[in-house]
Amino acid sequence: MALTGIQIFKMLPGTNCKKCGVATCLAFAMNLASGKAELDSCPDVSAESREKLSAASAPPIRPLTIGSGATAVKIGGETVLFRHEKTFYNPTGLAALINDSESDADIAAKVKRYEKFQFSRVGLNLRPELVMVKGGARLAEAAKAVVSNSDMSVILYSEDAAALKKAAEALAGKNPLIGPATKANCDAVAEVALAAKVPVWLKAANMDEVAELTKKLTEKGLKDIVIDSGARTVKDAFTDSVAIRRAALGGNRDYGFPTIAFPVEITPNLALQTAVAANLIAKYAGVVVLGEFDGASIFPLLLERLNIFTDPQRPMTMVQDIYPINNPNENSPVLVTTNFSLTYFIVSSEVEGSRVPSWLLIKDSEGLSVLTAWAAGKFSGDDVGQFVKKIGIEGKIKHKNIIIPGYAASISGDMEEELSGWKVHIGPREAAHLPKFLKEFKTS
Amino acid sequence: MAFQIPTVKFSGKINEVPLGPQKVLVGGQNAYSFHTFEGKFPHKPLISLDVWDHNPGEEMAAPLAEAFKGVLGDPGAWAKKCVEYGADIVCLHLKSSDPNGTNTGPAEAIAAVQKVVDAVSVPVIVFGVDNKDKDAETLAAVAEKFANKNLILGPVTDKNYKQIGAQALAYGHTVIARSPIDVNLAKQLNILLTGLGLPKDRLIGDPTTGGLGYGMEYGYSVMERTTMAALVQQDDALQQPLISFFGEDVWKSKEANLPTAEHPNMGDAQCRGVLMEVTEAIAVLGAGISILAMRHPASVKLVKEYIKLIYDGGAPGGGLPEVPITKF
Repeated sequence: MALTGIQIFKMLPGTNCKKCGVATCLAFAMNLASGKAELDSCPDVSAESREKLSAASAPPIRPLTIGSGATAVKIGGETVLFRHEKTFYNPTGLAALINDSESDADIAAKVKRYEKFQFSRVGLNLRPELVMVKGGARLAEAAKAVVSNSDMSVILYSEDAAALKKAAEALAGKNPLIGPATKANCDAVAEVALAAKVPVWLKAANMDEVAELTKKLTEKGLKDIVIDSGARTVKDAFTDSVAIRRAALGGNRDYGFPTIAFPVEITPNLALQTAVAANLIAKYAGVVVLGEFDGASIFPLLLERLNIFTDPQRPMTMVQDIYPINNPNENSPVLVTTNFSLTYFIVSSEVEGSRVPSWLLIKDSEGLSVLTAWAAGKFSGDDVGQFVKKIGIEGKIKHKNIIIPGYAASISGDMEEELSGWKVHIGPREAAHLPKFLKEFKTS
Repeated sequence: MAFQIPTVKFSGKINEVPLGPQKVLVGGQNAYSFHTFEGKFPHKPLISLDVWDHNPGEEMAAPLAEAFKGVLGDPGAWAKKCVEYGADIVCLHLKSSDPNGTNTGPAEAIAAVQKVVDAVSVPVIVFGVDNKDKDAETLAAVAEKFANKNLILGPVTDKNYKQIGAQALAYGHTVIARSPIDVNLAKQLNILLTGLGLPKDRLIGDPTTGGLGYGMEYGYSVMERTTMAALVQQDDALQQPLISFFGEDVWKSKEANLPTAEHPNMGDAQCRGVLMEVTEAIAVLGAGISILAMRHPASVKLVKEYIKLIYDGGAPGGGLPEVPITKF
C-alpha cells in the first residue's frame, strides 16, 4: 500500500539539507509519494527507515530508461489508469524492427531515413526514438550499423544469450534494452544484462508466466525489467496491457514494470499495425514495435502520443510571437489572440483553411483562452496594445489594422488609445467564422 | 494462484438507441470500450460517412474528392457510394444552408434529404451548420416533412434545443446533443432535452473534440470522464451513446493536405490523411465513442477490421490498405 507524503516525511531525517535536489524534506516526501523521486537520492535516511520506505515508496510501475543521448526513452513511472486522474508521465517509445539478415548498407539507409522523422510542434521535437534489432548470428554487426549511422537507440531481440552478450558489448555505453528473457534462457540473459548493466525485457507465454519471470529476474538482482506478456492478437494485447497496468497500480509488484507491445507480430500490414499502436499508446504500452517507420504512419502516432501525454493539469501554451500563416506580405491582415494552445490551434487552422495570407500574433495570457484571459485581466487593451508595439509587427506590414477576438470587443477603445494611428477591428466571436471574415476584410 | 485481471464493478450502462426506421441499435455496453473481459457489448460501434448537399469543390481535401469522384454533386449517388464503402450510417451535411454561404432554405434541405433517404436503406443523420437559428429553422422543417422516419437530427445545442427537440419529439426523430468539450454542459443539455419529454433512447451526445494534434486530448478526456460517470457512477444523465465528428477536423488540418513531394518525411499524402483519421478513430473509440463520423473509405475499412479484431479476437483478414513507403 502506498504511503502518503506526510507518512513518508515522518521517516525522513528532517534536516532539509537539499542534497536530494529539492528544498525541503517535505517536498522530497511529496515527490516520493507521487513517484517522481527515488529514495536513493537521500544520503542520510536511516537503515530502518530505508527498509520500510523502499518497499512502500517505490513507484507502482518501475521507471527506467532505454538508450542514450537524444533518443533515450524513459518509460514506466505511471500512477493512474486515466490521464484526467493526474497525468501520464512518460510517452510510449516508438520502435521499428530491423532483421540482422538485412545488409549493413540497407540498415544504414533505413536508419538514416528514420532519423529524419523529426517534426517540431508547440516547441517540442516529435520523433520516433528506437530501432529493434532482431536475429542471432549478425546481431552485434547489425546493431552496430544502426548506431554508427544514426542516433537511434536500440532494443535487441534474440533468444540466444551469447548473441545478446556480443551485441550488448558492441553497444557499450548505449544502454540498449536486451531480451527476451524467457523461461528457457532466463538465467543466461539475466547474467548478460547484469554484466552489461542494461535493462532487460522478458517474453512470457501468458500472464502467470510474467510473474514467474519478473520474480526470477528480480531475485537475480535486476531492477529494470520490461514485460512482454506474449499476446499476439489485437484483443489479447489490449487485454493484457490493461491487466498489467491495473495489477501494478493495485500494488502487485510482480507486474510493476513497463511493457513492450508488438503490433509488428500481430499483422504484417503497417496500416493495421498503426491502428493497433494507436490503441496501445493511449492504453499503457511502454514501447510499441512497428515493422517500419514511414512518415504517413509515424506522424499520426507522434501526434497522438503528444496529445495523450500532455499534462492535463497544465494548459499547453504557445510561445508569444508573430506566426505567419499562408505566406503573408506587408498588406496582409493582422490578428491577435491568446497563447492557450487550443485557442492557437483552432484560430490558426481556420485562418489556414481560409487561404487568406495573414499574420497571427500570439500574446502571452498565461495559457488562458480569450474569454477567461479577458476576464482575468490578462488580455486588457493597454496590455495587448503594448504587446503589439513590442512584438515588432510594424516592421513587417504597411498598414495599421489589427483584428481582435469578438469576445474581447470591449478592449478596442483602450487598445486604440495605446496604439496611436491604428484601427482596431472586432473579429468574430467564434473562430469558425474567421474564413468569411478574412475573405471580406480589407486592410486599405 | 492463477492470475486474475483486477476488474471494475460497473453499475451503469449506455442507453440502447435504435437508429433510423431500420432500428439499427447502438449503445447498450456496460463496460469501457474494448473491455470484453469484464463487460457486455451487444452492439459494435458504428461508422458514418459524410455526404454534402452540394459539390464541395476545393473545400474538400483532394484524397476525399478522389474517393468520391463522379458523385460529388449528387447527394443520392454520393450516399449510395458511402454504403458501398461500408458506412453503417450516412451523414448528410446541409452545407448549402449556411447563412455565411449560399443560405438556402428549408425546401432545398428537404429535397436533399429526400434524395438520400430514397437512395439508401441505412439510418441517416441530417446535420446543420452549427448556426442556432438557421439549424432550428431547417431541421424543424425537415423533421415535419419526414415524420416518423426516425432521422438523426443535429447539432442540437443549449441555444436551440427547444425548437429542434420539440419537433424531434413530435415527429419521431432522434437528436444529437452537442456540447463544447465539457462534461457538465453535456449533462445539462441532456437534462434539458429529456425535460422536454424526449425519451432517452432518442438521444445521442456529441461531446466535440479537437483534431489529432489540435488539442484532441481535451475531447478525449471529456469522453473518458463522461463514460466513467455513465458506467461507474451510474449517472443516468450521461448514459447517452456518443458520436464524434473528428473526421472533418482531421481532413481540414494543414498536415492532411501537404503534398508528398514537398514533405517526403511525412509520407504519402493520401495515406497520411487516412492514418491520421484512423489514429484519432481508435483513440476516441477507446475513450467511449459509439459512432464514428468519418470521411475516407480506406479509413473505414481499417477501422472496421480493427473493431472486429478487438471485440471478437482472432487474426487479421486480408485486403487491407497498404502504406506505400516513401523513400527519400
